[in-house]
Parts: sequence; structure tokens; C-alpha cells
Amino acid sequence: MDELYALAGGFAVAFTWYNVALMILGITLGVVIGVLPGLGGANGVAILLPLTFSMEPTSAIIMLTSIYWGALFGGAITAILFNIPGEPWSVATTFDGHPMAQRGRADEALVAAFTSSFVGAIFAVALITFLAPVVAKFALRFGPAEFFAVQFLTFASFIGMGRGSPAKTLASMCLGFALACVGLDGVTGSLRMTFGHDELLNGFKFLVAVIGLFGIGEILTSMEDGLKFSGADAKLKMDAVIRTWRQLPKMFFTFLRSCIVGCWMGITPGGATPASFMGYGLAKRFSKNGNNFGKGELEGVVAPETAAHAAGTAALLPMLTLGIPGSPTAAVLLGGLLIWGLQPGPLLFVEQKDFVWGLIASMYLGNVVGLIMVLTCVPLFAAILRVPFSIIAPVIVVICAIGAYTVNNAMFDVWMMLVFGVMGYLFTKLGYPLPPLVLALVLGDQAESSFRQAMLVSQGDVTVFWSNWLSGSIMTLGVILAFWPLVSGLMARFGKSGRTASAA
Amino acid sequence: MRMKTLKTVAARLGLAAGLAALAAPALAWEPTKPVTLIIPAGTGGGADQMARFIQGVIQKHELMSKPLIVVNKGGGAGAEGFLEMKGSAADPHKIIITLSNLFTTPLGTGTPFNWKDMKPVKMMALDQFILWVNANEPYKTAKDYIDAVKAGDDRAFKMGGTGSKQEDQIITVAIEKETGGKKFTYVPYDGGGKVAVQLVGGHVNSSVNNPIEAVAQWRGGQLRPLCIFDKARSTYTNKVTESQSWSDVPTCTESGLPIEYQMLRGIFTTKNATPEQVAYYEGVLKKVMETAEWKEFMEKGAFNQTTMTGAEYEAWLTSAEARHRELMTGAGFVAAAR
Amino acid sequence: MSAIDPDQIHDVEAEKPLVSMRAADIGVALLFLLTSAIVIVDSHRLGFAWLPNEGPAPGYFPFYIAVVMGIASLVNLARALPKPEGEEARTMTSVPGFLRMCAIFVPAVVFVFAISWIGIYVSSAIYIAAFMIFVGRFPIWKALAVAFGVSFISFLMFEVWFLVPLPKGPLEAALGY
Repeated sequence: MDELYALAGGFAVAFTWYNVALMILGITLGVVIGVLPGLGGANGVAILLPLTFSMEPTSAIIMLTSIYWGALFGGAITAILFNIPGEPWSVATTFDGHPMAQRGRADEALVAAFTSSFVGAIFAVALITFLAPVVAKFALRFGPAEFFAVQFLTFASFIGMGRGSPAKTLASMCLGFALACVGLDGVTGSLRMTFGHDELLNGFKFLVAVIGLFGIGEILTSMEDGLKFSGADAKLKMDAVIRTWRQLPKMFFTFLRSCIVGCWMGITPGGATPASFMGYGLAKRFSKNGNNFGKGELEGVVAPETAAHAAGTAALLPMLTLGIPGSPTAAVLLGGLLIWGLQPGPLLFVEQKDFVWGLIASMYLGNVVGLIMVLTCVPLFAAILRVPFSIIAPVIVVICAIGAYTVNNAMFDVWMMLVFGVMGYLFTKLGYPLPPLVLALVLGDQAESSFRQAMLVSQGDVTVFWSNWLSGSIMTLGVILAFWPLVSGLMARFGKSGRTASAA
Repeated sequence: MRMKTLKTVAARLGLAAGLAALAAPALAWEPTKPVTLIIPAGTGGGADQMARFIQGVIQKHELMSKPLIVVNKGGGAGAEGFLEMKGSAADPHKIIITLSNLFTTPLGTGTPFNWKDMKPVKMMALDQFILWVNANEPYKTAKDYIDAVKAGDDRAFKMGGTGSKQEDQIITVAIEKETGGKKFTYVPYDGGGKVAVQLVGGHVNSSVNNPIEAVAQWRGGQLRPLCIFDKARSTYTNKVTESQSWSDVPTCTESGLPIEYQMLRGIFTTKNATPEQVAYYEGVLKKVMETAEWKEFMEKGAFNQTTMTGAEYEAWLTSAEARHRELMTGAGFVAAAR
Repeated sequence: MSAIDPDQIHDVEAEKPLVSMRAADIGVALLFLLTSAIVIVDSHRLGFAWLPNEGPAPGYFPFYIAVVMGIASLVNLARALPKPEGEEARTMTSVPGFLRMCAIFVPAVVFVFAISWIGIYVSSAIYIAAFMIFVGRFPIWKALAVAFGVSFISFLMFEVWFLVPLPKGPLEAALGY
């Protein structure tokens, strides 16, 4: 009950008109930042950080975290409307969100995305409120072996996602891993696959690849089919919120599962992007409508968005209690804390009670304010689809180019975006699934580093992954999940399910 | 490459137009457009924190007439940022903040770059390194720990550090010279904060974190500093934990581990900058260092507040480069130059 | 990615075919094989052994990944090679479809090329205006207004408000940026 009392005090700190005004400002900026690919939450917070030095630390972090919430909300908008993930964690949102928009259900997809973001965040904030010290201790148990186990589990939960042929899925996934290897190897510092080109030192960045594969690829497909986006002429109805909310209660377990996955990935810290993939993968596997995923299923929007937002919020916990950032944005916020004279770490909750509880209270408030703001704007966002295609198409290409450039401030990435665009078009046409490729690209690097770090620690002994109950149980769970498609596939074959028909 | 040449030509044309507008060169140079501060590292690290701090102080006290824009170009262990500086030698509106990768990246990756491709402006401070162990371990001094490493099996002790073939691993290799042939297992992580937490969790035995990366865990009683890799103890005497201050941490040399290593936090501008232009940046940075915020920032991170400019700074850079070459060659970290 | 509805397929097939699925499949599989060969060569240089105390060498994972990728691509190639029997070959893209794609992609390549010289703002204004006039058949004044508006707003947003420097050319330099 101490927590509730402290939280009430926190609300007293956070709930001033000045702070609420900062929240609204921050969320508006955050949505803009989230919509533009490349200008990510981390950039946005970093850019605005210096502006906040003259503010009170509590007000400053309220504004900065609001930008973060805004960016989390905003990433879904372009993902659903144009198949361009505004933020890395909204890649999984495109899988079902964009098909929904093509069927004229963009407003429902947006409402579902925003609502699930909200649910995920509130769940994670509640966790921070009541369990912060316990969770912080738990996170300390994570060494390289445990990190690898978590990454393996993420991957395992996603295997069998594509409906394409197994050989094509495998080729696509391996290509993702191979691309992730390019550049400076983090473990030995040697250069891989750069062949003397300085541009390649940096490797292929995930965001550049997804902007090209999804954004430019989609533009090409739309152009081929004629000068229009399908779904553009859908009528806008004002009851989108109520219509969508009616469908949500029956997805209770999807929400709960994604909340847990998200919090887990945020704390460990796996990050919001893997969390969104894992949330999507598990929902596809365990939902009754699993086979319809990828064709515009509302649940396919709910699952990744809930997980991403829960992870994004929970990522702030290790930052506050341990001083390790769970996400790039958290890393920038961490720098901010230090500059304001606050030392994140075990003593922050003891020494800076006002600040911590003010911040936690602002997380509740910021998300409520954010949800109201974005929901009222849904018709506005959906109306963007009505702009004539020959205006929107070049504008999208320009936005994609800006997005690709800002990832590393390099022209090389803009060229790569075009190459990935052609690749995205070809792969989609030929039935090479893209999700395994992007997941391999985002996780390949981290998983390889953790694996090799674990090998260094254990002197090359692979059994280290089963040397304690924590990594052992995660690995075992991963193995079960990895072979699940085999089991369910066999069962389906005996049961003569229509799965092979849908693959054609 | 052709694209780049054309780009420079375009940039020069633009610059010429801009300079023509100035007509007679004023005695004191002022920037004519926003100045870019490049960080050759990702967001959230030590260099990033300092750069954004400098930006904040300049903005708050209005020390520059044009905005200062901060950009992260951390690709290829910072190679990207350095190559950009090298490529825009004629544009004085670019400055860069450095960390040890100023020396380690060209040596370790063979990137065609040297600090002489830029013009040194000012050394802001030197960042310290401290040998840390988990507070639950029995070692009270650096000597205790080194003796334990000597007595243990080869590679039995694990040293956590940031990155590979960079400053943390260089220090580790230097320590190995004092351990009677016993090597550490060096485990590279992707950030200093993460290393400190891995040490708290007992996944590695020691680390050489910067003070600011591990101070929270020290205050929380989870980590213990054994010695500081500087020639003299820190000058900060304010209590950090209940009983100890930074100045209570002995130097490694006095604990029988004769190693000194500090990381440069310095500012450079582009190679063709005129003395007036260098003087302008020097003046701005001097004003930054006079603010109360800067002094507080220095104490938080237990920085060594050595500052240098001009010839003295260049001499320091020359010797530091030679030292890195020697250490890295000894450790076998040097890549063939391209 | 996009669900193709039957009407569209009908439309596309009525148009003159350009590239068949089979040809594209073979081409992509060959590209995959090439990629995997490149990766294998470089992994060989890095070493792909399992080192005694350190675990996998830097080339270990890339090597085995490339091997798996190579095998999968061979399977794909083998499946694509035989000519489909009976029914006529499916087309991937038709001539008009390809031309429409070129209408956005070729200018996009020119646009990216131009960024290096004249900066992103001027080139995007030209790109948007040109596309609207020649492909969208908009009146010139409308196209210019939209193009200028988009460039100007992005300039304000990136250079002035968020202080994110994007590639700039002589025009911006003349304006003092």
C-alpha cells in the first residue's frame, strides 16, 4: 500500500496545468516524430533534450517521456496507411494493419492499434508501480547465455510464420542473417563482408531495409496495379471507435499474452521490436483465427502493438533502477537524467522519491492524454488515404528517402533503400516471405553477439545454455515452440486442413 | 567516389557564394550558418552525453550566434564521423567530439584516417578508467585481485568491457602484462552501462568502467573500485558514498599495477580552418567550461579536468597516438592499412 | 504482401506479358546463390572454425548461414526450372504494369542521384512536381504549389525546428544554411 500512497503523491506532483500542457505538446511532437520514419523516438528525445535543461527535472522528463509515448502511438499510423513502418517496432503492425487499410478498414486498424498501445503501456506502468524493486533484481540475473535464450525464444515463436514454400522461407531468413553480419563484428572487431568499402562498415541497418522492403516495395506494387491505393475509396464513418472497441473484449487473452511478452522483453531488455514480433508470432500460433493472419485480421494489429508498447514502457524500468537503457530512447533519457543531476540506479527510488513517483504518475496521465488525442484524430489520419495517388506516391518516396538518410546520415543508405525496394517487390511477387528476413535482420546481430559472448564466458562450452534454471527453461520453451509447427503441421496433415491450398 | 567529388564541388560553390557575401573578412570570425557537432558514436554513450551537454549549455547561455546541431555518426566504430570530417576539410562549420576511437578505429579497422586530417581545437577533459569488482568478492585492493588472477587458471577471470579492440580491451591487455602470463577472458558488450550491470549480476569478475558508468552501483554498495588508471588520485573530495569520495580511490600504480590510461574528450574542427575560426570555437568552449553546470558535470563523472589548446594539445595527441599504436601493436589489434 | 483479388489478376493477364514468374524465379534464385557464394568466400577469409576457448570465429555463423541459403536456393532453382505443363505460364509483370512502375522508380533514381548535388529539398520539389504534371496530369500551378509546400514544410521541420541536417545544395547555401 506504500506504493499507492506514494503514487498519490506523484499525481500531486505531475498533475499541474503546466505539466499537462507539456504533455500535450510532447505527445503532438512525438506523433509527428513517430510518423516520419527515421526521425525516431531516440532522435526526437535527443534533439529536444537540450531545450529542457532550463526546466525542472520532473517537468522536463514528463515532456520527454510524452514525446516517447507520442512516437510509440505515431509509428502505427504510416504502417497501417502506407505499409511504411514509422518506427522499427511497427513493422509487425504492417502485416495485418495494411491489409486492413486495403480493405477499407483503416480506421478500425488505427483505433485498434492506439487502444492496444494504451493497454500495453498501462499494464507495464502498473508493473513498474508495484514490482519495480523485485523486477530490477530479476533483471540482474541476465548474462549473455540468458540473453541468447530470450532471442532464441523470440525467433522460435516466429518460425513457421510465412505461408510460402519452406525453401523460400529459409532462403529469405538466411539472407536476413547474412545481411545482419555485414560490417564491424562486435565481438572481435574484425570487418566482415565489407570488401574494403567504408560505406559497408556500418552494415545494413534494419530501418533502411524495412523502409525499402515495405514502403518502396508497396509503392511499386500499387503502381503496377494502377494509379491508386486499394481501400482509398472506403467511406469514413464516425463510429470507428465504438465499432472497434466492441470487437476487442473477445481478444482478452491476446491482450494479456502480449502484455506479458512485452513487459518481459522490455525488462530483460530484449526491446520493443523483438517484443512486437514475438507478440504477433504467438498470437498467430494460438489464436483461433491464426490462419487468417496476414490478410487483415484485427487481432494481428492488437497483438504486436500491445507487446511493443508494453515493452517500450517497461524498458524505462531497468533504466531507472539499474541505469541500463532498455531501448535507444531510454539511453538518451538516461543521459538526460545524468545532466539534470539525477543518478539512475539502485538509489534513485530512495533518494529522489518525488521525481520517481512524479514520473510514474505522468506515465499514467501521459498515456490517457495521448490516447484521447490520437483517437480524436483517427478520421483525420484515415482521410490521408483520400489524397490523390499521384500526389501521395512521390511524397512517400521523398519521406522514405529522408527516413533512410536520417538513420545514419548517409546517402549510401538512400541508395540501399531503393535496392531493398526492388527486392521487396520481387520477393512479394515470388512468394519469398519478408517477415523472416526482417526478424533475422533485427535479431541476427544481437543473437550472434550474445551467443559468442556466452561462449567466451563458458570457454566454448555449449551446455552453458542449460547450466541454470533460468536460461535452461527459456531455451527449452524455445525448442518446444520451434518444433511446434512440425507437430501442428503433422496434425494438420492427418486432419486434411486447407493449409496447403492457401499457400498457392 | 565520383559522386562525392561532385558533392564537394557543389559545397565549395555554395561556400564561395556564402563567403562572397561577407566581402571583407572580419577580424573575429563568426559562423555564417548553423554549426554541426558530430559525435563519432551512438546515442547514449559518454561522448554523446558530453556533446549534448555542451549543446545544452551553449543554448541556455546563448554562447553562439547560430544554432549548434548535434549529429550521431557512429557507424563503423566512428569511422563514418571521422571520414565526414576528413571529406569536408573546407567547411569550418563542422566540429567533432572525440573519444579513444580517434586512435583505435584507424588502427583497428585500417580506415584511411588520422587525427592530423582535422584541426585540434581544445581538450575539454580526460575521462578516467577505474578497475571495478563486485562488492561481494573478497578483493579489497588491486593487488589482492591481481594476485588472485596470478594464482588462478589461465583465462579463469572474466573482464567485461565496451566493444572490441577498443580502450577497455587495450587496458585489459596492459593489465595482463602484470599477471604473470595469465590471461583474462575479455567479454565485449555494447555499452558501458551494460558492463556495470553484468558485473553486478556476477556474469564477469571485473570491469574497467568509466566512473560515471558505475557510480550508481558503487553508491548502491554493489561494486567496489579498486584503483584508478591515472598518475595521481582524483581531486574530488566530496563524499560519493557514505564513507568514500573519488579521491579515496588509490591509483593503480600505488597498488602495484603500473598502468595509466585516460580517454580524450576533445573537440576538433576541419583541417583547413583558419586560426580565427579555431580561436572562435576555442572562445565558445572556454565560456562553456566556465559555467557552473560544466563544473558540476565534471564532478559527477570524476573527470580529470586537464585542458589544453594549440601546440601543447598537438604534442599530447602525437604522444597519445604513438602510445595507442604501441599498445595495439603489442596486443595484435592493428589491421593492415588500406 | 497485398492480397491480389481475382479482378486484378484478370486485368493483368489481359495485358501483354513481359516477365514470366518462371524467369523471375530463376533470376532471383541465381542472385541468392551469388550472394551465398560471396558470403562463403569472405567467411573463409575470416575463419569459420570453432575456436577452443572462444567458441565460434567471426566467419562461423556467416559461413553456415550461407551454406543453408545456398542449399535452399538450389531447391528453389530446381523447382523453378521445369516449364509448367499444361496451363500457360503465369506472368509476373506485364508491359503496361512495368511501365507504370518505371514511371515512379526511374524518376526516384534520378531524384536520389540529384540529392547529392542540389540537396534534398530542391530535388524533392522537382520530383513531386514532375510526377504530378506528367503522370497525374495535374495543372502546373497545382503541382508547383504542392511541391513547393512539401519541400518548404520539410525544410522548416528538419532544418529549423528539429535541427536535423539533411543534404543541402547551393540554393540553401546561398540562403545561409
